[in-house]
Amino acid sequence: MKLESRAPTGPIEQGWENTKFSMKLVNPANKRKYKVIVVGSGLAGGSAAATLAELGYDVACFCFQDSPRRAHSIAAQGGINAAKNYQNDGDSVHRLFYDTVKGGDFRSREANVHRLAEVSVDIIDQCAAMGVPFAREYGGTLANRSFGGAQVSRTFYARGQTGQQLLLGVYSALERQIGAGKVKMFPRTELLDVVTEDGRAQGIVVRDLVTGTIESHSAHAVILATGGYGNAFYLSTNAKGCNVTATYRAHKKGAGFANPCFTQIHPTCIPVSGDYQSKLTLMSESLRNDGRVWVPKNEADCAKKPDDVSDDQRDYFLERKYPAFGNLSPRDIASRAAKEQCDDGRGVGPGGRGVYLDFRDAINRDGQNKVAEKYGNLFEMYERITGENPYKVPMRIYPAVHYTMGGLWVDYHLQTTIPGLFCIGEANFSDHGANRLGASALMQGLADGYFIAPYTLGNYLSGIQANSLADTKSAAFKTSETEVKAKLDKLLGIRGKRSVDSFHKELGHTMWEQCGMARSKESLTLGISKIQKLREEFWSDVTVQGTQDSLNQSLEKAGRVADFLEFSELMCRDALEREESCGGHFRVEHQLDGEAKRDDTNYCHAAVWEYAGANTPAIRNIEPLTFDNVKLATRSYK
Amino acid sequence: MSDLDLKLHVWRQAKRDTKGNFVTYEVKKVSTHASFLEMLDILNAQLDAKGEEPVAFDHDCREGICGSCSMMINGRPHGGRKGTTTCQLHMRFYKNGDEIWIEPWRASAFPVLKDLCVDRGAFDKIIAAGGFITANSGSASDANDVLVPKEQADRAMDAAACIGCGACVAACPNGSASLFTAAKMSQLHHLPQGQPERARRSLAMVTAMDAAGFGNCSNHYECEAACPKNISRDVIAEMNRDYAKASFAHRENRAKSDGA
Repeated sequence: MKLESRAPTGPIEQGWENTKFSMKLVNPANKRKYKVIVVGSGLAGGSAAATLAELGYDVACFCFQDSPRRAHSIAAQGGINAAKNYQNDGDSVHRLFYDTVKGGDFRSREANVHRLAEVSVDIIDQCAAMGVPFAREYGGTLANRSFGGAQVSRTFYARGQTGQQLLLGVYSALERQIGAGKVKMFPRTELLDVVTEDGRAQGIVVRDLVTGTIESHSAHAVILATGGYGNAFYLSTNAKGCNVTATYRAHKKGAGFANPCFTQIHPTCIPVSGDYQSKLTLMSESLRNDGRVWVPKNEADCAKKPDDVSDDQRDYFLERKYPAFGNLSPRDIASRAAKEQCDDGRGVGPGGRGVYLDFRDAINRDGQNKVAEKYGNLFEMYERITGENPYKVPMRIYPAVHYTMGGLWVDYHLQTTIPGLFCIGEANFSDHGANRLGASALMQGLADGYFIAPYTLGNYLSGIQANSLADTKSAAFKTSETEVKAKLDKLLGIRGKRSVDSFHKELGHTMWEQCGMARSKESLTLGISKIQKLREEFWSDVTVQGTQDSLNQSLEKAGRVADFLEFSELMCRDALEREESCGGHFRVEHQLDGEAKRDDTNYCHAAVWEYAGANTPAIRNIEPLTFDNVKLATRSYK
Repeated sequence: MSDLDLKLHVWRQAKRDTKGNFVTYEVKKVSTHASFLEMLDILNAQLDAKGEEPVAFDHDCREGICGSCSMMINGRPHGGRKGTTTCQLHMRFYKNGDEIWIEPWRASAFPVLKDLCVDRGAFDKIIAAGGFITANSGSASDANDVLVPKEQADRAMDAAACIGCGACVAACPNGSASLFTAAKMSQLHHLPQGQPERARRSLAMVTAMDAAGFGNCSNHYECEAACPKNISRDVIAEMNRDYAKASFAHRENRAKSDGA
């Protein structure tokens, strides 16, 4: 597998500018002759589809939800970073770049991250112009807050619903293009295969989720913006529909999959309450600006009411362990610290898997009204779910799977190893290295969709003949359709005894236990053998009711779980072969005083997996990472 | 709290053009900590085990923000608890032995696709007609060049909280989409960026709403009571005012251009 990053050389500040100038353009009159498929309608996909249509391309956009407005970007709460330095507190493009490279534990590509920091400022301008109701100061300027491990206030927000508001902005731009006839939208339609011909991506095969019809669509280029794979763990903060199917099936068609083991465990989620639990709910990280995280010093106090544990008997463990960053320590560090306290027997709540997030001091200092103004909707959400009032009783939180930094490998142009197949947003591996900083996912999705892919795609298309649109009746499309149908028929034909959900839950449990917050050679080896066994059982004992030619949610789930059952093994193998700890990937064999111990001599690279066939282990390739602008250093928040 | 045994009457309908009917099911030992959708997961696991087809229902984020979930519970959208979507409705609000009636949204503009799933594509059409600000990517000036008074930004945000679930339509005796449409208009009309297209937008969105088959508003305000995001009915008054003004201006403009 050839991994050519196409990252610009020379001074990093001029890299993107130079690349933009060197890229070829498509004549405005010719743009309408090029067809582009965008799969996914979240921040990345929706903004790319709208922008490409504004530029004049013929765009088709697909999503599995009933409307593009429901993509999971909508659930992001806290905010979006941008290096505006509106607060005059020392922020700059370089500082955002530096923080992101360091926060990612030096496992991202410098040139990409710098470009992300550069375009971050344009994103805020664009969103404000589109009517995103960002929080404002009384003077009418934009408000900011500090967020998730940043020491400057660079986060823009819209109450606790920033993702929703940004997505609705994207959705309105997309709908404008749909209304103008420039984008054809396919809601309730799921990608089941990527079709390649003559060595490049030429289209996709989809299933209409209402009628069950299998259809092919051809295009000059395909963009995947299909989000992350956190639901491999079954319980996560992802929406129920989030899946790996699009990216994994592209992987099987030749796209390299990078760093699948890099998953982010978010420290502030509502703890699991029982077996029936279908998902976990995130409480925005912004809460850590004012909430203090603690557990009792003594195990004996864990069952007491929190009010009955006096201050000197409380262990504010983040403030104790990381005095410089305290409660704002980055996500991977805060999550592991919470797990440590609970492993030590000092967790609170049912099963002892929880820590307190306490607003008592903030309420005493600023008053309840001030706290309610900042976090009111989050407090309400917490109370609705748990039945407890967080103004009176501290919240209980525990880490949960939240985001996946791994994804399809892309070069500087956001193109995968398959020419003509691009990948943007959470679905690609790119910018966050081994750990993503808070409020950076929204930034990356919009950067890719609004300001990067529209340029790089033009450069690709300028080298393709406009009259070369593939024929969906060709052998490549027909073979793909036949395979897709055969797989669906197989799933419906097994008629075994176990439900799809029971397999997904078991897989999720295995992944959480063996490939979760702390991983070891032993756990990962065990994980792989359990997954292999479960996969075999799935294909002989799963039961899927209903038919292929109708709306069939069991069949949709079955296809996604089948892919998770293959992909999870790749996650474990990636974790097993990365013999170091970095960011969200913590190998118990590699630690120093309880902190992650990186190995820059042997693992300063992206691991890119190449599919080698159904019963053959995938091949591990590497893209070496070099750091010329941020000095490789141990990440310390002490 | 003890677990619940419940009797459910669930609307089952195979396809858009087939007839549906209520089917009664019993579910036992449902934890009071489970959400309403998790209770339906338990029902579906039972059906699966018996070789029957599970109940289809739309859902995704399960944290009250995506707007997918859409069901009438005992005749009330999302079950009728203030400011709560079905996915955030917890079973602790039910009693052991309760009978629960579960139906899809009922509105002519939202045809049933299967069981509890409806087609809400008509909402997208209203937004496509004018629920946007025309600002191509890359065309914006610095975000702080246009000042937005905090009060206006807050009011825009109040209206923008709409999740497009359709509860307002389902609750309305006329099947009107006034609250949905007016909320989007209110968001954009409280912001300076939304002013240039204000008249065009008002005409286009109201026209699209009517064309999609939604009924008229006759001031029942059931929509406000049912809205899981507590959108105020005041936005409908704003919409009516904007629409009236835009209609007059439109007539005047047309008269002028006709005369020219």
